[in-house]
Amino acid sequence: MEILLAFWDGAFGSAFAVWSATLVRATPLLFVGLAVALAFRAGVLNIGAEGQLILGAIGASVVALTLSTSPSVLLIPLMLLAGMLGGALWAAIAAVLRQRFGVLEVISTIMLNFIALALLGWMVRGPLQEPTKVYPMSSTFGAAAQFPFVIPGQRLHLGFVLGLMIAAVLWFVLARTALGFRIRAIGLGARAAASAGGVHAESLSARVFVMSGALAGLAGASEVGGVTWALYEGLSPGYGYTAIAVALLARLDPRWVVVTAVFFGALEAGGAAMQREAGVPAVAVQIVTAALLLTVLALGRWQQLRAARQSTEGL
Amino acid sequence: MIEVVLVPFLEAAVRTATPLAFAALGELVAERSGVINLGLEGTIIAGCLGAAVTAAAGGAGAGYIGAAFAGMLMAAIFALFVVTLRTDQIITGTALTMLGLGLTGTIHRSLPTVVDAGAALPTTGPVAIPGLSQLPLVGSVLFVQPLATYALYVLVPLLAWWMTRTHAGLALRATGESPEAAQAAGVSVRRVQWSAILFSGAMGGLCGGTLVLAQVGGFNEGMSAGRGFIAIAIVVLGRWSALGTAGAALVFGGAFALQYLFQSLELALPYQLFLALPYVLTLVLLAALRGRARAPAHLGA
Repeated sequence: MEILLAFWDGAFGSAFAVWSATLVRATPLLFVGLAVALAFRAGVLNIGAEGQLILGAIGASVVALTLSTSPSVLLIPLMLLAGMLGGALWAAIAAVLRQRFGVLEVISTIMLNFIALALLGWMVRGPLQEPTKVYPMSSTFGAAAQFPFVIPGQRLHLGFVLGLMIAAVLWFVLARTALGFRIRAIGLGARAAASAGGVHAESLSARVFVMSGALAGLAGASEVGGVTWALYEGLSPGYGYTAIAVALLARLDPRWVVVTAVFFGALEAGGAAMQREAGVPAVAVQIVTAALLLTVLALGRWQQLRAARQSTEGL
Repeated sequence: MIEVVLVPFLEAAVRTATPLAFAALGELVAERSGVINLGLEGTIIAGCLGAAVTAAAGGAGAGYIGAAFAGMLMAAIFALFVVTLRTDQIITGTALTMLGLGLTGTIHRSLPTVVDAGAALPTTGPVAIPGLSQLPLVGSVLFVQPLATYALYVLVPLLAWWMTRTHAGLALRATGESPEAAQAAGVSVRRVQWSAILFSGAMGGLCGGTLVLAQVGGFNEGMSAGRGFIAIAIVVLGRWSALGTAGAALVFGGAFALQYLFQSLELALPYQLFLALPYVLTLVLLAALRGRARAPAHLGA
């Protein structure tokens, strides 16, 4: 009971918990959740949002540290762009490996996650390390590179608003445009989409893969620009993996990704509070995530079976 | 030079390849039945904790049994979902990996006894085989290893023979190629896949067991460090045969062991380069071997 109370206080118990903990944690999950939802919609199994997020964080940090004298209006858009480029580049490697060399993206993206971690480890001990060379992290960004807060006195930053806007755009593109229709078509069956719809399935799925990487890269840019204001190793507690649950629980619908991202943000925030107050390790949140994923899978399967039974009964 | 650098390197390669080979051989059997088990990573870490806890209570031998049992428990959940409920293999596997990492982390922190590395767990060190270990070069490389490695020397040819020469092995491969045809021929597809997954769970658990009991000497959170995913790549590189898989595992053991080699050479290169090496190698080899290997026709469906 005490544990649950700590959890609730940490996630929703006060205005501070909502605006400075839950929604702040939901922000990266929103970006990576959208990234995974987009990829899965096109049948691209991008398990590499974690690595793409890290590359996005590195990209944004490089810009923030080298162009530190620029004004915010210029610097922040450039950081976001660099984050997208970093994530897109990392996804492009897997996309090329899949298209040219037939390497399963499930394997390649996971390998790239580990490579990204090693790269980050080297960056914060090498080229991007703070000048005293003591701590494995970059220097703190200048004020111009720090994202503005949305509400005075609360830690919720620009990234969340940006995420909401992207969710809206992504929903519109997927649900209301010809491009979105083609993306959904290759997700349902690449061969059928190619033969019946004249869709260039291979190149479209490669492009979606890269776009998905760019979205995940934004998560990294938003974390370093809005939360940590520096690059360091423990940047992501596995947001890229939680993203899979975020996207699937939302049934790959960008509108619902907003809801599930906030839900998992609350889980993370509550989990952190649980660890502080009641000594329950925050990794326990992963158990909840996995259990939810399995429940969704089983329920989805049960619905399918019931629908199949009803359709045969009707005959 | 050979004595100081090459022999220790090769010894380390075989030692590091051992847990990888366990996991990959298990995955091989699962994949030949048409099931790709991305939950292998979760199975391995469960095996790690299972080994550490049971070894602390009942010795190293009990540790291996605990490891296999913990792995099979995780595999049973996986089989329940993908075989009995027929859920998506990739997503179920991902969920199981998260479950394994979350469960082991939580249980580890709430354990009353310390099972961390350096906590003096009973371990199984290298055992020299009299005679064979005296051979030049390969003697100490192949025959001064933990017992788990010797178990593989027996298991690999046995598995190769079983898969290609026995009726049960044929049933396994038929299930992975065409479950409908196998079913029509009187093979119980569900039973074959359940058994294959449970076997892969036991082997994944033993991978964790050797990691804890023959290498690290204790449990660390997340110590499986992606070995489950590397094992899946090893199966691809080994072209879905037992001997090929064992050979590919050895290549990866070498990639991990390069870390120790380069440390001893004291090169002025960042060590993260060597941390990344096995993963880079996986990508390069998978790309280079394109089209040479053919997966079981019904894998993943």
